[in-house]
Amino acid sequence: MGAIAAGIIGLAFLIMNWQPGSRVVLLPDSNGKTGAVIVKTDTSQQLLSTAYGSASVNTKGVITLQAEDAAKVTQRYASTLDARPQPPVSFILYFEFGSAVDIVPAFKPVLAQLLAALPTYPAPEITVIGHTDRVGSLESNDLLSLQRAQTVRDLIVQAGIPSDIIGVSGRGEREPVVTTDDEVPEERNRRVEINLR
Amino acid sequence: MGHWKHAALACGIAFAGHAAWAADEAGVVKTSKGNVAIERGGQQVGAPVGTRIFSSDRVVTGADGSVGITLHDNTILSAGPNSLVDLNKFAFNSTTHTGAIDATVKRGTLSVISGKIAKASPEAVSFTAPGMTLGVRGTSFIIDAGL
Repeated sequence: MGAIAAGIIGLAFLIMNWQPGSRVVLLPDSNGKTGAVIVKTDTSQQLLSTAYGSASVNTKGVITLQAEDAAKVTQRYASTLDARPQPPVSFILYFEFGSAVDIVPAFKPVLAQLLAALPTYPAPEITVIGHTDRVGSLESNDLLSLQRAQTVRDLIVQAGIPSDIIGVSGRGEREPVVTTDDEVPEERNRRVEINLR
Repeated sequence: MGHWKHAALACGIAFAGHAAWAADEAGVVKTSKGNVAIERGGQQVGAPVGTRIFSSDRVVTGADGSVGITLHDNTILSAGPNSLVDLNKFAFNSTTHTGAIDATVKRGTLSVISGKIAKASPEAVSFTAPGMTLGVRGTSFIIDAGL
């Protein structure tokens, strides 16, 4: 009787002390690099920055860092990881200097890639994002980038993709592929990204 | 209508649509397995592939359930079985990439691959679970809310 009571108390003690409030496990990115998360509780803070490292927080706010086994993490969270949507994919078109309509070299090969990828995305959404180089004002480039995106949107719609799954936006000169000084023409930055998710 | 759409429909693929986003629309359900529900304004609705997710929605999965959601800034979320996740806030400006994500994992598991908001303004992205708040510096992690 006493042994059973002690066992129950012992078990309760274990549950109270071993059950973490929460845990976060950092995973490597698809490019092989690893990012970082900052874990904060009421009383402490830790940076988690190694792949398959975990931070557990108990009910007292104490953070415990630990290296986890990659295979065990993948197995433990298999049903969660299996549910992850397919990562978005991007296709890039380039434009002549100052033009919102002249695509170089050609739209058709990019369209073919988009049409091939589309059926692999459940409930697909397409975002067409225009960009410019740094020649011209911020405002005029916002407009030009949006016009480039609209040109590509229209071509995609003409190819038979329903317009209600396509959104357009213009990023102007905010997101260059190649960093340049202001007023420098750069062909690699005059582009439209077709993002499929 | 192009031939590919018939093929897609034949495969049972739903079209999400987003040309006319509601201001607080946050994302779209891309994978859905077993029991998955969205709680919105006191109502509970099912969440098959193609369901739109809004700011303030609660996502609930059953013992056999899992769900994958891609947010409009390309943040990729998935919740495992027995999970309860509140998307407290989502806002995204597609021109400036400013915005906010605030989500709470109350129960179960949530996998996150951070998106454009976290890249442009990491301080605007917050995930919380019992006892902890996470600041995101990119990109892939799993939150386990234990019990």
